[in-house]
Amino acid sequence: MLRELYFILRGFLRTSGAMFLFFLRLLQYSPTVLFKRFPLVVHQIHNAGALSLVIIMICGFFVGAVLGLQGVSNLARFNAEDSVGTLTAFSLLKELGPVITALLFAGRAGTALSSEIGLMKATDQLAAMEMMATNPVRRVLVPRFLGGVISMPLLTAVFNVVGLFGAHVVAVGLLQVDAGAFWQQLQANVGSSDVYEGIIKSVVFGIVASLLAVWEGYNTIPTAEGVGRATTRAVVRTAIAVLILDFMITAVAI
Amino acid sequence: MQQTRSVELGTGLFVVLGFAALFFLTTQTTGSETFSGAETYEVQARFQNVGNLKTRAPVSMSGVTIGRVRSVELDPEQLNAIVTFAIDNRYDEIPDDSDASILTAGLLGSQFIGLQAGGSDTFLTDGSEIQFTQSAVVIENLISKYLFSSGGDDSE
Repeated sequence: MLRELYFILRGFLRTSGAMFLFFLRLLQYSPTVLFKRFPLVVHQIHNAGALSLVIIMICGFFVGAVLGLQGVSNLARFNAEDSVGTLTAFSLLKELGPVITALLFAGRAGTALSSEIGLMKATDQLAAMEMMATNPVRRVLVPRFLGGVISMPLLTAVFNVVGLFGAHVVAVGLLQVDAGAFWQQLQANVGSSDVYEGIIKSVVFGIVASLLAVWEGYNTIPTAEGVGRATTRAVVRTAIAVLILDFMITAVAI
Repeated sequence: MQQTRSVELGTGLFVVLGFAALFFLTTQTTGSETFSGAETYEVQARFQNVGNLKTRAPVSMSGVTIGRVRSVELDPEQLNAIVTFAIDNRYDEIPDDSDASILTAGLLGSQFIGLQAGGSDTFLTDGSEIQFTQSAVVIENLISKYLFSSGGDDSE
């Protein structure tokens, strides 16, 4: 029993240590890739960010719309429908925006990253690169990591704005809340620190989601089954990490 | 070549959209002067207690919003609150003996200033001060008044 616990603990420590070293290695190559191989990063921003726009915008709109709907119908009990703008803005900017974007990102872009890298490894493409004296970390992993890190805050911002728009459409358009009151209450109560909290969260989530996706892909067991398993694990671990970190950042920020 | 161009186009669109959204969030959702740039004139009023009145709260007359609160400050000499609010120039014929009271929209709603028209022939202009004001109703005071008066009745 104790022995098993010891092995589990040791395995956990080893994995976190290896992941941290891997993260440092990604950071080490990041500046050179960013400045000398920028087209590679652009390509990954396209994959991770631009291609995720549709899902982010649709989900953002409906998350905002449902917040508006719930907000108005529940605040109406206290005659405080005007506060729906504030409610939506706080929910979106501080919590739902960064978290849902990170989860959608893990599902849409993270899986693509893991399976792509995993398949490259399973088909020995990474080994082939090394044979040609090309560093696969620098050529394959770092651009994907950077693409994810750059895309996430932008996706979150788009999600938030579309969400606010969705709430506006529902609250003002359908449920006859006064448009002036909606925005006046929103602007009177939301401070710049609330916006920054959301942005900080999205940056952290971007780093975590991209790191986990790249890490799981890179450490795939090079079989068909292994690729599938790595993809699943990337999503699951990202979801867990994002929700735990969300709690921690919120606890620090408050 | 065609493919890279479409990749670059999509990425550019995404990045521009993202930064536009960030800009919107940092400037439009936080409290900054974003109201319509219509011409306004400023009027002051003194209150014993402004309750929860905030800047940018609406100023309304007969239920129509005609202006916004600019600032809420404490007068260090008279120790009461000076509220400055801007009224739209369209409404420039408000009698200068109108009275201002701080009202609450709904039970938990925000507070706003309600103007009640007076009968004077001279009108409020930029820099004038409203003489008749009524403070915000503070619920704690109401409760204590109620408790106190009912207690007093019993003892008599």
